[in-house]
This record gives sequence, C-alpha cells and structure tokens, in this order.
Amino acid sequence: MEIYILLGFVLLLSIFLGLELIAKVPSTLHTPLMSGANAISGIALVGALMLSSAGQMQDILAFGAILFASINVFGGYLVTNRMLSMFKKK
Amino acid sequence: MENLVNIQVIQNIVYIVSSVMFILGIKMLGKEATAVKGNYLSALAMFSAVGITCLSLEIDLKIILAGVLLGGLIGSLIAIKVKMTAIPEMVALFNGFGGLATFLIAWSQFNEPNNSMLQHVLIMLTIYIGGITFSGSLIAYGKLSEKLKLGKGSLITNIFISFFYLSMPALIYVIAEPSISQFIPQAPSYFSIFLVLTLVAGIGFVMPIGGGDMPVVISLLNSLSGIAAAFAGLLLLNNVLIVAGSLVGASGLILTIIMAKAMNRTITNILFVGYASSSQSTSSEEQGEVKPITSDDAYLILENASSVLVVPGYGMAVAQAQHVVREMGELLEENGTEVKYGIHPVAGRMPGHMNVLLAEANVSYDLLAEPDDVNPSMDTIDVAIVIGANDVVNPSATEEEGSPIYGMPIIEVHNAKTVFVLKRSMSSGFAGVQNPLFFRENTRMLFGDAKESIGQIVAEFKD
Repeated sequence: MEIYILLGFVLLLSIFLGLELIAKVPSTLHTPLMSGANAISGIALVGALMLSSAGQMQDILAFGAILFASINVFGGYLVTNRMLSMFKKK
Repeated sequence: MENLVNIQVIQNIVYIVSSVMFILGIKMLGKEATAVKGNYLSALAMFSAVGITCLSLEIDLKIILAGVLLGGLIGSLIAIKVKMTAIPEMVALFNGFGGLATFLIAWSQFNEPNNSMLQHVLIMLTIYIGGITFSGSLIAYGKLSEKLKLGKGSLITNIFISFFYLSMPALIYVIAEPSISQFIPQAPSYFSIFLVLTLVAGIGFVMPIGGGDMPVVISLLNSLSGIAAAFAGLLLLNNVLIVAGSLVGASGLILTIIMAKAMNRTITNILFVGYASSSQSTSSEEQGEVKPITSDDAYLILENASSVLVVPGYGMAVAQAQHVVREMGELLEENGTEVKYGIHPVAGRMPGHMNVLLAEANVSYDLLAEPDDVNPSMDTIDVAIVIGANDVVNPSATEEEGSPIYGMPIIEVHNAKTVFVLKRSMSSGFAGVQNPLFFRENTRMLFGDAKESIGQIVAEFKD
C-alpha cells in the first residue's frame, strides 16, 4: 500500500510539473509539442516489456502491446523531427 | 537473488535518469531554439528506459523482437511517407496506437492471478481510458482525413453516443465486480463485454464532435493517452511510466484549455453540446450586397499596399494553397510591402495547424503573429487577406451579443483598411453563423479556389 501512496505522490507532482513546464508555449510550437508528447506516451512500450508470459493468450496480448507501442514511439519521434526541421527562421 | 535485486536497483536508477531527460526534453520542446534538441533528448530518454527494461524480461525474446521491429518499421514508414498536410490525422493515429498498447497491457494484467483490489481498480481504469483513447483517436483520424462523414444527429451516431453513456455505469460495475461476487458467487463476469463496450464508447465520444472542434478533441485524446500510460505505471509499479505519462497528460490538458479558451467555450460545451444548441436565430438581418473583386483588381490594390496581413484558415489547407501564399508573400516583400501572417490558435484542425503548413511552405516563423500581436495595430494594415478562414475573423464575436460565437477572441480584420476574403462560395463557417464581415464596406470577396486566385495574383506580380 505504501508504494501506491508514494507513486501516487510522484504522479501528482509530475502532473503539476508538466502543467508548469508547458503553460507558456508559443502557438507556433503547439503541433510539434503535441506530436512530441504523443511520442512520449509511447512509454507504454516499457510497460509492455514488463508483462509476464504465461500461455498463448498472454503472449498475444504482449505482442500486440509491444507492436502498437513501438509504432507510437518510432512514428511519433520521426514525425516530430520532420516537423521541427521545417521550422526555420530566415 | 542478490543479482536480481541489483538489476532492479540499476533499472530504477536509469528510470530516474530517463524521467529527468523526459522533463528536460519536453521543456526544450516548448522553445523554438531548443525544440529539435528537446525531441532528441526525449527520444534518448525513451531509448534508455526501454533498453534497461530489457535486462529483465519474462516474455520470449522472439516476440519482443518481432513486435519492436515490425512496429518500428510500420511507424517509421508512416512517419516518413506521410504528407505534411496529413499531420493532424497521423498524430491522431499514433496517439490511438499508444492508447491501444495501454489497453492491452491492462488486459494482460487482468489475466494474472491474485490481483489486489487496488490493482483491479487500476486495471479497469486503464482499460477504460486506453480503450476510449484508441477508438476515439481512430474516429478522429477518420474525420480528419475526411474518410468518415458521419456527424451529429444521424441515427448511427446517436446509437454510439448511447453506448458511451452506458459505458460509465459499466465501468463502475466491473470495478465493483470482485466485491459483488463475494456476496453472489454466481454473478457472471462481464469483463469481456466491458472490453468491447469501452471501444464502442470511444466511437460515441468523438463521433458527434464537429470538424472545427477537432483541435480540442485531438489535444484531449493526447492527454488521455498520457493519463492511461500513467495509470499503467501505477499498475506495474513503474516510475518512468508514471512520470512520462503524467507529463503527456498535463501537456495535452494545457493545449485543450488553450484551444477551448481560444473559442471562448468550456470543454464540456465543446464535447457534449456543440454549436447547434446555442442560441441561433440571430444575425441574418445584417445581410446586404457583397462586393466581388477579380484577381486583377486585387493585384493592383496589393501592389500599392505598404502592409499586408495574411489570415489563413482550414480552407488554405484544403486548397493546398500554402506554397503560393508564401510565394505571394515573398513577391510582396520584394515590392516593399510589410507582410505578416495572423494565426488564430484554433484555425485549422489541430493546435498550430496553420503554423505547420506555413513552415512546410518555408515561411519564416518570425513572420507569424498571434491575434493579440496584430489586433492593436490592425487599423494601420492596408490589406488583410483572409484565406479560407471564417469564424476566426467573424466580427459578430466582438459586436453582436446574441451570436453563438460572441466573446470568442478573433483576428479583427474588419478594422483593416481593406479586407480581401478568398472563399469558394458564400456558405457559412463551421459554426453555422453568418459572417457580417463579407458585407462590410471595406470587404472585397475574391471567389474561387484559393490556390488559383493567389496563383493569378502571383503571376501578375511576375509580369
């Protein structure tokens, strides 16, 4: 139980930190920020790798989770990078 | 045993380092000068977190390799091939896949024996949020790519909406299920039905929301995918999932709020009410004669203008006019005209949509201005060119109290000396509100495809 309280604390602090960090972003960067954040949500890949393997059903679920999280991670970072490389000041 | 403990300690240390890199990365992503580096840093954080997790694996390595390689290939291909104009729907799609991954993680945890009560609650919440994120994002993808035309009011949409409302009591039931089965052991498990219901609910959640409200929905779904990942982190007792997920949840939430503010509406109004039920039956009396203009005349006026403000909207994206717009801007500058671009936060279909399009067309980002920057000096602008924007330049928002969009911050082009409105026809904007701007004394309508019209002006400049 203590661990949940501790991690719940981490969760709350991170949300407040996130709100502070992003409160004043210029609108030029709204799309790259959203896309970059979207890539970060692919952190679910770490969760997918932590799953256990017991039987075929679990293997299928783990494979699916890894597959889709990987699409999110690779696609998200690449698209963000492509987008940012277009933002240039002349 | 001791070895295992050591691995866990190392993993947790690396997770902390990754979390710090995620935090710095997202901070750098919020500033123009450091954004590219921020994205690299965040990718490095992801790489380290994933890499160190691989030190202790239970799943067969073949499954992992197959999943990562196949997923990486698909994701990279989509990311490299996608046209920049299709970015809104791509972001929606990737976001949906992230939601699906958390959905599957929680499902897998449900199949584990001996889940505690708290774990059970977390599993259900993660499945619910992840599932809604997934199917909701797919619907957003369909709407943004214009493959899906169903909207508010159709029977099918209403059926899906009912399932969305049904899904909330269902969530409470499955959360309470272990307690119920203590008293009534024969009570059947509705878990599999719940899985399907969350997916159907996501469809009902996004389907009724109109195209112009998409910037809000996309930001919200983005936020939800982060929250789902954070819940999955609580479930798996993994701190990097919690930190990264919460950061995404918070950033999505902020964008959602910025977008809603830019429309002067509350988030609940956007999600559950829509424009249709706000007070209608206003305006319409302020009709009058519109004054059409040809590209030739527009060119003559522009040639003599000393300052021009371009205000793009979704119509510019549809017409793919961003490249000719940039060309026109450059020709004007060569002619000694000061050119600025006035970008409304909700112009287009996602936050910052216009900025991305103009950046793709090589418009320098210091020429892009926000409404607050351009409105005070609007009366010094010789020509404001409105390209495919409507509601974001509607003067009713500042002048007509009964209007559904009254109070929405707009770009006040009607205060400029002359306004050109490029439009395909006289149809009203997404909000369904008539735009008095078109009938103003200083407004000239340039009907036709925006790309062609501007192309003609560009050609005249070159002659």
